[in-house]
Amino acid sequence: MTVETKTNGKPHVNRIGLTSQDYRGGETTLCQGCGHNSITSQIIAAAFELSLAPHQVIKMSGIGCSSKTPAYFMSRSFGFNTLHGRMPSVTTGAVLANRTLLAIGISGDGDTGSIGLGQFKHMVRRNVPVVYIVENNGVYGLTKGQFSATADVGQTLKYAGTNVLPPIDICIEALAADCGFVARSFAGDAKQVRELLKAAMSFHGTAVIDIISPCVTFNNHHDSTKSYDYGKAHEERLQDIQFIPRFDEVHIDYDEGDERYVQLHDGPMIKLRKLGRDYDPTNKWHAIELLERARQNHEFITGLLYINTQRQTLHETMHLTSTPLAYLSEEELRPSRERFERVMQRFM
Amino acid sequence: MTHVIETETQPRPLDDLESEPIVNDFSIVAATVNGSGSQTANNVLMRAIFKMGIPVSGKNLFPSNIQGLPTWFIIRVSKDGYTARRDTTEILIAFNQRTADEDLASLVPGGVCIHPNDVKFTNPRSDVFFYPLPVRELVRQSGADAKLRDYIANMVYVGAVAELLGIDMNEIKAALERHFKGKSKPIALNYGVVVAAAEWVRANLSKVDRFRVEPMEKTQGLILVDGNTAAAFGALMGGMTVCAWYPITPSTSLVDAMTELAPILRADPVTGTTTYAIIQTEDEIAAAGIIVGAGWAGARAMTATSGPGLSLMNEFVSLAYFAEVPCVIWDVQRMGPSTGLPTRTSQGDVLSAYYMGHGDTRHVVLFPGTMTECFEFGYLAFDLAERLQTPVLVLSDLDLGMNNWMSEPFTYPEKPFDRGKVLTADELERFKDWGRYKDLDGDGIPYRTLPGNPNPRAAYLARGTGHNEYAIYSERPTDWQQNLDRLTRKHNTARTLVPKPIILDDELANIGIIAYGSTDPAVREAGDILRARGIRTAYLRIRALPLEATLTDFLAKYERVYVVELNQDGQMAQLVQLHAPEYAARVRSVRICNGLPMTAQFVVDSIMRAEQAKRE
Ligand SMILES: Cc1ncc(C[n+]2csc(CCOP(=O)(O)OP(=O)(O)O)c2C)c(N)n1
Ligand code: SF4
Ligand SMILES: [Mg+2]
Repeated sequence: MTVETKTNGKPHVNRIGLTSQDYRGGETTLCQGCGHNSITSQIIAAAFELSLAPHQVIKMSGIGCSSKTPAYFMSRSFGFNTLHGRMPSVTTGAVLANRTLLAIGISGDGDTGSIGLGQFKHMVRRNVPVVYIVENNGVYGLTKGQFSATADVGQTLKYAGTNVLPPIDICIEALAADCGFVARSFAGDAKQVRELLKAAMSFHGTAVIDIISPCVTFNNHHDSTKSYDYGKAHEERLQDIQFIPRFDEVHIDYDEGDERYVQLHDGPMIKLRKLGRDYDPTNKWHAIELLERARQNHEFITGLLYINTQRQTLHETMHLTSTPLAYLSEEELRPSRERFERVMQRFM
Repeated sequence: MTHVIETETQPRPLDDLESEPIVNDFSIVAATVNGSGSQTANNVLMRAIFKMGIPVSGKNLFPSNIQGLPTWFIIRVSKDGYTARRDTTEILIAFNQRTADEDLASLVPGGVCIHPNDVKFTNPRSDVFFYPLPVRELVRQSGADAKLRDYIANMVYVGAVAELLGIDMNEIKAALERHFKGKSKPIALNYGVVVAAAEWVRANLSKVDRFRVEPMEKTQGLILVDGNTAAAFGALMGGMTVCAWYPITPSTSLVDAMTELAPILRADPVTGTTTYAIIQTEDEIAAAGIIVGAGWAGARAMTATSGPGLSLMNEFVSLAYFAEVPCVIWDVQRMGPSTGLPTRTSQGDVLSAYYMGHGDTRHVVLFPGTMTECFEFGYLAFDLAERLQTPVLVLSDLDLGMNNWMSEPFTYPEKPFDRGKVLTADELERFKDWGRYKDLDGDGIPYRTLPGNPNPRAAYLARGTGHNEYAIYSERPTDWQQNLDRLTRKHNTARTLVPKPIILDDELANIGIIAYGSTDPAVREAGDILRARGIRTAYLRIRALPLEATLTDFLAKYERVYVVELNQDGQMAQLVQLHAPEYAARVRSVRICNGLPMTAQFVVDSIMRAEQAKRE
């Protein structure tokens, strides 16, 4: 990290001269202790540390407690709180209109796993460039405590009784749709959330992070698999993750057997240090197998599950001009008289 | 025009049929099997007549089916330039055994029936002329590949009709050359069959009916085009940058035309990079979401759909109305619900489009009535959407969209784009008290900023949720009420900006007719017929919602005003009555909802009946 950004070891201003204050949003109106609030804090931290230009960020969301959070971070960024389950399509449109924007999408498990599952999968399939965060609490917070489709079998809720249906695993869904960046994390694991966010924000294409984010009001009882206690007790990190920005000068020692570096587009890297198991995050089969087993064995595995930097993004597959469509002038958009006449000739 | 009425309504005795020829004034109906490739034959015939200078119109009545069900193509030849559908058939091409009897029954006395010699009629009529053709032999002799034979068979009727009516063979050839884009092999094969059929007719049959064509000079310089193509062309001229869609008849061909024309109009000839994105989505909800996102971020975004798709876009249209996002939705209307009559025309979405959404929404709706308007509304819709920061719905229909119509050539749009009130970072500096939803000009239209605007004051969070003038979340009753009041003000501004009605005045008129969209040709023709019968009418064609003062003035002038439309509930008549309740009692609804384009006869009969009842 460059020296100017540090005073007493604590960064006060980032590379573009902004303080972390500049990345804050309005006061949260969510319940105190809600997991979503912790994620908000990490988004602020990640954006600050990456020196994102706020006006180049768009904050997108669906509907739910989770989807309210774009109001609570980066108030100097544009945002769109859209419809329940439909944030993927609005985001697709926005980044088609302006390919220079960095989209951060916030969704919930109801928003993505139920009403929005179709849009979610098609967004992934198109590889729309977006950091897609699912704040997953296994419950519908905003409508007060119904089960969501990510709730585990046998889970109980005061209002909704016992869940008997198998859960939808957002990460498996993302993998099945060929997502190039799939991660799972835990709102109680601030550092991992932050490092994953920075990596996702530097990724070209759809980056899905499913973050278990306890709902303290409706689903935080001790036998809930989406509670803080459960997460703290059961989280198994696949790797120790460190995001290394391009502007950092690092010495990479490729020999260390337990460490692995993933090169992202335009220079930054993700350093993955092996923890318990041997795991290759570039192998999709392994990722699916790992998740299926985790689902069977009730394991809570977090980390970077899969990464593939090779897929073309939506903009690339569409051969779009490099100037954002929204910025094209009338001269660039209105065909010439000569082209107009060429078409008219077809009707003569 | 009196003549037309008589031929339509009065059966004539067979003996004086031979007296005078009927020139350039009849309808040809080609009854074929869907999927048999008759479309080429029909278009070739229509084009050849058109190129002889004779006004024509073509209507394809097709089933919701890929192959096997009956389909009819109606070519109306009209020396007077009328293009509406007519109920009568003078010349029948009976190439579908399954409908042959029914088709024959619909022929006028003295009509012509051209058919393959193996088509059987249960009750052959004695008051029509039959021309049986050895279709199988002629096709076999052509040497065409076995799998092309069904297709080629249609060229037999092209040759026979050309010979019997006197259509210029050079124009037939030119039409085939155009259709096959100059490819010599198919041209030679098809034209060979046409010529062989014509020669066979000349050698073996004698012409006994009275119908024929004669060259005129009424179509020189005109074009033949369908409304969907015109709309796509207009949208591309208007700088469409994002088009998201999901296939649905009859709107699909709009996007097909866009996909075909866009590279010619808007791609970089060297690099192939494009200044537009056309994206097929997973459903219409996503299509709507994409255009809302794109419109919010500054693109000129549109979709094309039909009734069932439109209903799926409801929630987004409502959001876009309240978040004030420009976008354009072409609704090429068809009949009924999802599986109603998906390949038949209707004007059934007027009310649902106008009020689409939840929580007090009223939209700008455009009604193109001609090919030129389909083209012009293609770009005008973007100007209005961006000026008003709201969804604009364009209601076309299957008849306008998918059928071929004569038109004056389109002219290059001279008016610059209207991108509306968009503030750049520098411009925002001059607006000290800017708020995204603040009405600074008193017209209800706020100023907007686009994502990416670096001015630190530019950013805002768009949403449907309650917000104040500064786009800040608010549930305060006064904030919500003020916002709604401003939206009403904006709607009233829209009233002054949308295209005004077109009025065809008649000083001596005692009654008025109001119509919109595809019924225009039928209403104009009806006006002529009524005049010939001593009823003078003035005609106002609505081109947009919200309705405005021109309409009120028109209602004030006539004691009775007939609102003509293709739906069951008289939807526009209801809106007209609501718009001017003081004249509501003057409004009469003339409506039909049977899947077919409007006819002049229906309008005439309905108005005559009502007027007579009035007198009695
Ligand atoms: C079309 C539609 N249907 C239903 C709702 C009501 N609704 C609002 S939020 C929500 C569920 C949100 O759950 P989730 O996405 O898990 O978010 P959380 O509140 O748990 O963060 C529902 C059903 C809505 N806003 N829109
Ligand atoms: S209800 Fe649950 S999800 Fe919603 S704010 Fe409260 S704790 Fe968070
Ligand atoms: Mg939830």
